[in-house]
Amino acid sequence: MQAFTLHTGTMLPLRRSDVDTDQIIPAEYLKRVSRTGFEDGLFAAWRKDPAFVVNRPEYAGASILVAGPNFGTGSSREHAVWALQDAGFRAVVSSRFADIFRGNAGKSGLLTAQVDQDVVDRLWAMAEAHPDAVVTVDLPARLIRVVDITADFGVDDYTRWRLLEGLDDIDLSLQHIEKIERYESARWSYLPRTLS
Amino acid sequence: MGKTLAEKVWDAHVVHQAPGEPDLLYIDLHLVHEVTSPQAFDGLRLSGRQVRRPDLTIATEDHNVPTIGIGLPIADPVSRTQVETLRRNCAEFGIRLHPMGDDDQGIVHVVGPQLGLTQPGLTIVCGDSHTSTHGAFGALAFGIGTSEVEHVLATQTLPMRPFKTMAITVDGELRPGVTAKDLVLTIIATIGTGGGQGHVIEYRGEAIRALSMEARMTVCNMSIEAGARAGMIAPDDTTFAYLKDRPHAPHGSGWDTALEGWRELCTDDDAHFDTEVVVNAADVEPFVTWGTNPGQGLPLSASVPDPASFADPSERNAAERALAYMDLAPGTRLREITIDTVFLGSCTNGRIEDLRAAAEIIRGHRVADRVRMLVVPGSMRVRAQAEVEGLHEVFIAAGAEWRSAGCSMCLGMNPDQLAPGERSASTSNRNFEGRQGKGGRTHLVSPVVAAATAVAGHLAAPADLPVLVEV
Ligand code: SF4
Repeated sequence: MQAFTLHTGTMLPLRRSDVDTDQIIPAEYLKRVSRTGFEDGLFAAWRKDPAFVVNRPEYAGASILVAGPNFGTGSSREHAVWALQDAGFRAVVSSRFADIFRGNAGKSGLLTAQVDQDVVDRLWAMAEAHPDAVVTVDLPARLIRVVDITADFGVDDYTRWRLLEGLDDIDLSLQHIEKIERYESARWSYLPRTLS
Repeated sequence: MGKTLAEKVWDAHVVHQAPGEPDLLYIDLHLVHEVTSPQAFDGLRLSGRQVRRPDLTIATEDHNVPTIGIGLPIADPVSRTQVETLRRNCAEFGIRLHPMGDDDQGIVHVVGPQLGLTQPGLTIVCGDSHTSTHGAFGALAFGIGTSEVEHVLATQTLPMRPFKTMAITVDGELRPGVTAKDLVLTIIATIGTGGGQGHVIEYRGEAIRALSMEARMTVCNMSIEAGARAGMIAPDDTTFAYLKDRPHAPHGSGWDTALEGWRELCTDDDAHFDTEVVVNAADVEPFVTWGTNPGQGLPLSASVPDPASFADPSERNAAERALAYMDLAPGTRLREITIDTVFLGSCTNGRIEDLRAAAEIIRGHRVADRVRMLVVPGSMRVRAQAEVEGLHEVFIAAGAEWRSAGCSMCLGMNPDQLAPGERSASTSNRNFEGRQGKGGRTHLVSPVVAAATAVAGHLAAPADLPVLVEV
């Protein structure tokens, strides 16, 4: 997993609340067999509208999504996180995230930064007035800064530590590799094996 | 204080434990199929990881496979891609695969037990919710998501938070003609589709002890439909007799060592369960679902309920929606509901005993006009065994279709689907809207009710069929 410390980038203001995972990536995109390439499914239904903010050229290359409350509700599909990451997003800012989405995001290395709604409002205004305004997301300090806005954001200690270290779940388990090996060497020899 | 069976198996698999962290559990057996594995393998590739224990991993093709013309390429491009991807991944990572056409191909939850890989006391996972099936052997077996599949492939472990424990005790004896499927449908209707949430259910009591391994698998299979993470039954002589001499069962002195350990696998008398439920087996009748979740069921002798009769507003609402979808009027006798398709198969009821029971009922009868009956063995071994016993001839003579192994119409990822508006009696485990095909309507039933229904053309129990006089 890619470590996350200080990230600088531009914002995409998504003035919508209760964005569910079916909107983030519709079911028809789930038939793929790869772990990457989901960016074309991101907000696919909404993107049919040329005026939709994701289609606007001034926001091309944005890496910080600023969304309304209750982001990521709905089904638990991890593809929603992958789609955002494949489209270049490193962080989502919202005043409230759905639990499962937040869990999935933390596992995959997408930062979910929780701020008060008035901070979201100010970030939206900034991104709309100045699409090229450069934002710094400072994970060690839990701060988000852009021009004259500085706000702290919420992220739990465990997720923050994992993001800072760039550790995914598998890395975490493999930190106990010696214990795994010790366990394996003590397993009964009669236990089944699929290969002879 | 003593421990429950589930706690004993859990404790024996803890690799690492620390306050505030999930336990890291060792996984003894990982079952893989084509639908939930591709991204897991791709994830391994992206991070340059290997499969840690290919020798504890086995794959089979089941969800997408056609059940006719299995020598031909799969027509549907999505299905074909998933199957081909599994083949490539298994070859690349050194995993044993039973592909379409192989003698041991079949539904993953039928293949594991029949090879003797599913054993008491193991931790077993698969990217599939019905992994709970394997708990029938006293294994702790549960379904996982794709990123967990990747985790197990890479580490052979899984970080897990402890479950709550539930005991469901079934006292007394099931009446003749009442099956494990009726029992588990009754249990789900009693405790509700959320009743088991967060729990591992242990099924115990006289009626459970009397069940065959096939029947126990049917019960554990549907634990997930009660919201539970897993179902378990303590192993006993029935379990050991089933396992003896299976290809992967322990042999020689290993068998004796194993048996000693297996006999310890039961809940201590002074163990505590978070939740306890008691069911009287004698009260269970042939049971069918009328709605769109497995908890919406009633005895076959009952009528479609009136939504107004539900006190709970959300249940009332659900019943109204279900009846609209199912196109059923309150008060209709369940026996009067006519059926277009009968599906005998799935990981719930696609085992040899299920086929035997259904064949016994259908022998000498004809499937009713305008009813199509699909018989889909759970595995190619089951199919071969049925052919040795001549069961296929019974089904074919009655006008049923005799197919190859796979998930088939349980979820209709292959061409075996209901047409919009079509109504089925199905031995599978889920009657969700569209589960067997867009707009299809599903009534969950036991294999013997399925057989009787096929003959009668409407939901029916074997006792409803005319007695055949031998000439
Ligand atoms: S038979 Fe049905 S429930 Fe069982 S594994 Fe296949 S699709 Fe899932």
